[in-house]
Formats: sequence, structure tokens, C-alpha cells
Amino acid sequence: MTTEQIIFLIVGAVTLLSALMVVTARDLVHAALWLVATLFGVAVVYTLLNAGFLAVVQVVVYIGAIAILFIFAVMLTRRQTSKDTGPAVNKNWWLGALLAALTFAGLFSLLQGWSGFSKTASAFPSGFDAVNELGLALVSPTGYVLPFEVASVLLVAALVGAVYLAFNKK
Amino acid sequence: MIPLSWYLILAAGLFSVGLFGVLARRNAVAILLSVELMLNAVNVNLVAFWRYGDVAQMAGQVFAIIVFAVAAAEVAVGLALVISVYRRRNTVAAEELDLLKW
Amino acid sequence: MSFWNDPLKAAADWLTGVFVGWGMNEVAAHVLVVFLGVFVLIMILMVIDILLVWIERKVVARFQDRIGPNRLGPFGLIQPFADIIKLLIKEDTTPDGADKVVYNLAPMLSMMSVLILWAVVPLAPVMTGVDLNTGLLFIIAAGSIGTLSIIMGGWSSNNKFSVIGAFRQVAVMISFEVPMLAVMLIPTIFAGSMGVNAIIQSQDIWYVWLSPLAAVIFMIAAIAELGRAPFDLSEGESELVSGFNIEYSGMKFGMFYAGELLHAFTFGGFWGILFFGGYRFFGLENVSFIFAILILLVKAMIGYWIIMWVKYTMMRIRIDHMLAFNWKFLTPLAFALVIVTALMNALMQGAPAWLYVAGMFLSNIVVAWAALEIVRAAGRRERERVEGVKVVEAAHH
Repeated sequence: MTTEQIIFLIVGAVTLLSALMVVTARDLVHAALWLVATLFGVAVVYTLLNAGFLAVVQVVVYIGAIAILFIFAVMLTRRQTSKDTGPAVNKNWWLGALLAALTFAGLFSLLQGWSGFSKTASAFPSGFDAVNELGLALVSPTGYVLPFEVASVLLVAALVGAVYLAFNKK
Repeated sequence: MIPLSWYLILAAGLFSVGLFGVLARRNAVAILLSVELMLNAVNVNLVAFWRYGDVAQMAGQVFAIIVFAVAAAEVAVGLALVISVYRRRNTVAAEELDLLKW
Repeated sequence: MSFWNDPLKAAADWLTGVFVGWGMNEVAAHVLVVFLGVFVLIMILMVIDILLVWIERKVVARFQDRIGPNRLGPFGLIQPFADIIKLLIKEDTTPDGADKVVYNLAPMLSMMSVLILWAVVPLAPVMTGVDLNTGLLFIIAAGSIGTLSIIMGGWSSNNKFSVIGAFRQVAVMISFEVPMLAVMLIPTIFAGSMGVNAIIQSQDIWYVWLSPLAAVIFMIAAIAELGRAPFDLSEGESELVSGFNIEYSGMKFGMFYAGELLHAFTFGGFWGILFFGGYRFFGLENVSFIFAILILLVKAMIGYWIIMWVKYTMMRIRIDHMLAFNWKFLTPLAFALVIVTALMNALMQGAPAWLYVAGMFLSNIVVAWAALEIVRAAGRRERERVEGVKVVEAAHH
């Protein structure tokens, strides 16, 4: 057991536990806060994978914007008179649980038969700067400039759509 | 070093938990929260394959970033829909939104 | 003398040697030394924080033509320590119906979001916690933890006023993050790196000369991010009592308060780092790391003083005006400035230094002038519209 492995096991356990709390918590604000914990765990996993830039972006985008947006939405859609009383899950929840368990088992058995399943990472080539490479890949015409631009168009469209939908027409 | 399998199992676990949330939760906001979990699982997979494959190929990280953008767009539109529905129907429980089932 | 060249490494090596000498595992010793380093840094910051309370009270007193704390100790220096003792022995209340875990977690997160910022601050050329190559993004990320702490505190207090205060504050913080992130790209363009230390190292000419407008926008966005006047809507004593922290008492309130002061000081420091050369001052930083730390602290203090100056001379702006100011003026201006700077940088790649600086400076002035002209024209149209309506009304009477 190396230090890295111990860190991964702790972080992975925390991430999965918080994810379970997200889908089972009765209070939706709690669910959103558990989501924040999960996202932090995923950010740590990114750092373990030497993707520091993605880890920071994860915190900025997911925790700074998406989780806050969720908390806002929960507060705006809560009935003032009575808190959401009914059960947190619908009556077919066992079917969902079964399907989720089957998905996990299927993925696991599928991956176990794959030859590259337990391979370890090679060290970075010397002088390799992942952030630099990522930036170049995002803007170079031979790289991924088109998906990048399409993503920005998607964001603008989503922004316009969200404003239109949520705008309170008086 | 951590073998690739650990990351893949973590991602599969996250994905399954998110899938359970999407199928079982009543509240529409909670369903969106679970979708976020599934997107994160996908991202863990993408970044892990980038790290364990050829690191000079940045496709994994680039698509992780595009998933970020898609997630942000999805949340913005999804929550706007939820709020809009809440204004009309005064509920966000997914099973009570059954106007099309007549 | 290795200590004078690289004090952190020398001290860490010495301590690790001592721990290993006691029969400790090498990895464990290393981890312990890092923890000790973090602990010492936080202790120093907390002492600075206590002194900031005194400085803030003295300065506000001067602005308001008073003397300020002057009873305990010389110049009232002991006053903040007495205040802390008072806060510590106050009754620690938790409101009925509060969400206890979230309620108690919020002040800690608030303090943490500030302390974590110092991980990337280079105190001297060789003294930095971690030299992240994504340092500037890290600053924004830490700010989002602060946002989270505010909404947690406001929601869990189970109080209408605190929720409204938290809503306003969070709306302001996530809005002003956008121009802040945009102007942070400008030092990144100049330095070619997002690392804080690399930005300082490349400032042979202070970036404030290259981009004065960016410095101003950063300061405005930082003040909004801090939630200080004129952007302190979350407090709004006259309508909201005190904002998201109404229900907090004793040291929990103290942590919000101390966090805010240290946050202001830290952003003063970042202002100095991004636009005024950080620890650099005409080569003095190379003499000894002590000078470098002193220079950085003085620059941070000057930035902090400007934040206080604005706070105690400006009036609070209404929330809709403030959000309109951000989304309709500051954000487009910041993005326009980034585009112009990137274009100018590409155009003047091979130009001599003086031409580069002059071109950058002039392009900033032009962008600022154009923005102000557009706002002036819009203001005139608005005034004519409103006055036109008045004329019509007068005719009816």
C-alpha cells in the first residue's frame, strides 16, 4: 500500500458515500450539500490523476456555480406552507435499485474481461506540461477548436433558453 | 501506483448511484442532482483513460471540459424548466407532472 | 548559509532530520513537517488578523473624525485581544429549528476559504506554499467555497432575513466573479502563465502600467466579492438587520468577521501581486527574504487601506443597480479589455519595451474612454425619457 493508494481509498469511499447520501437524503438542501462533498471528492481524484487544471475547474464550475444554482432552485421551489412531506423516493424504487445494481455488475464484469483493466500509468515524459498541452489542444485547428466553439455556442443557447424559461411574464 | 481498475470501479459506482437516483427520486431537482453524479462518473472515466493511455493525446481532458460545459448548460435549462413548472403547477414531484397522460 | 537562501527548505530539511532521528518513518516525518508549516503560517495569519481589527477600527475612526480604541495598552493595541476574550466567553447560541451541522460548519468554511488562499501566495522568491501552475484559477475556486459558506450560514439559521441576506450576497459574489476572472486573464496574457510566482517574476514593469483599467476592475470586483461597502447589501442594517450572520453569536460570528477582514487584506495582497509586482521592489527582494516578505505585506496593507477607504466613504448601492452595473457595464468592459489586450499583445510581439508599454497603456485608456462614452450616452437617453414623461404629465395637469 503506497500513500497514494491510501489517499485514493479514503477519497473514493467518501465520494461514494456522499453520492449515496445525495440520492437518499430527504432534505434537498442536504442532498445538494452532499453533492458538493461528492464533487470535492471527484476533484481530489482528478489531482491524483495529475489533472490539476481540471480539479480547479471542477471546483470553480461545479461547486461555485452548479451546486449554488441547485441550492437556489431548491429554495425557490419549496412550498411555503408545508415542507415536502411525502417519501423521497417513488414506489418503484426497488426496481431502480435493481437496475443500478445490474448496471454496476454488468460494467464490472465487462471491464474485468478487458486486458487493460489493471494496467498502471506510465510516468509523464520529461518537460511535459499538461496545462500547456491542454490549452494548445483546445485552440489549435488540428486539435479540438471546433468542439470547443460548439460548446461555447451551446452555453450561449442554454443561457438564452434558461432566461426565457424562468422569466416571469407579468 | 494506483491501477486503472480502481478509477473505473469508482466511476462505475458513481454512475450506478446516479442511475438509481434518476430512476427512484420523486423530486425533479433531485433527479437533476443525480444526473450530475452520472456526468461526473463519465468525467472520471475520461480523465483516467487520458492518464493511463497516451498522455500526449489530450482528447480525454478536452472532452472532460466539454462535459463541464454541457453540465452547466443542462443545469441552467433544467432548473429553469423546474422553476417554470413549479410556477404553473405548484409542485416539482416528477410523478405529479402527468398532464400528457390523459 | 543555505538558510538565508532558501529558509523554508532548510528549516523543513532540518526538522525532518530531527524527526527521523527520533525513529520516525521518513514519509510520516515529511507529512508532519508539512502540517507544522501550514500550522505556523495559519498562526501568523491569525495574529495579523487580530491586528487588522485594530487597524480597521483606527482607520474608520480617523475617517469619521474620532480617535478610535485608545484605552487598553499603547494606542489601544490590546483592545482587539480583549474583544476576542469577550467573543470567546459570550453565550454560544443556536437558534431553534436551525440545521445544526450546517450551521456550525458555515463559519469554519468561511475562515477556510480565506486561509486556503495563502497556499499559493509567494511570500518571497523561494518561499511559497505550492507553486501551482493554475494559481489564479485556484483563487477563484477558493472564493466559491466562501460563497458556499455564506449560503450555508444564511439557510441553516432558519431566519428570513438571513436567507435574504445570503441570497443577495451570493448573487453578488457569483456575478462579480465573472469580471474578476476575465481581468485575471490579463496578467496571464502578459506573463504567459497562470502561476502566481511566474506572474511576479515576469513583472519587470509593473502590470499596472500595462493595464491600469484591469487593476481598477479587479479592485471593484474584489470589493464586491468581499461584500464590503458600497456592495455590502447582505448586511443592509436598515432593512436586513445584519444579513446572513444575524443568528450567529460569540466566536462563530467572530470567525465570519475575522474571515472578512483577512479576506480584504488577502485581496489587497493579490492586487499587489497581480499589478504591483508582489514582493519585488527594485531588486530589494534579492537581498534577503525578510525584505521580500516586508514588501509584500506593505503592498497588501496599501491595497487593504484602499478597500477601507472605499468602504468608509461610499454609500450602499441598491441590489438591482449593482447587478445591472456588473452585467451591463463591468462584465462587457472586462471582456472587451481582454480581447483588446490579447490583440495588442499579438500585434506588438516584437516591439521594443517602451513601445509595448505605451501601446498597452493607450489601448487601456481608449477602452475606458469608449466605455464611459457609451454609458454617458445611455444615461442621457434615459434622462430624456424620464424627463419627457414628466413634461407630458405636467401638460395633463
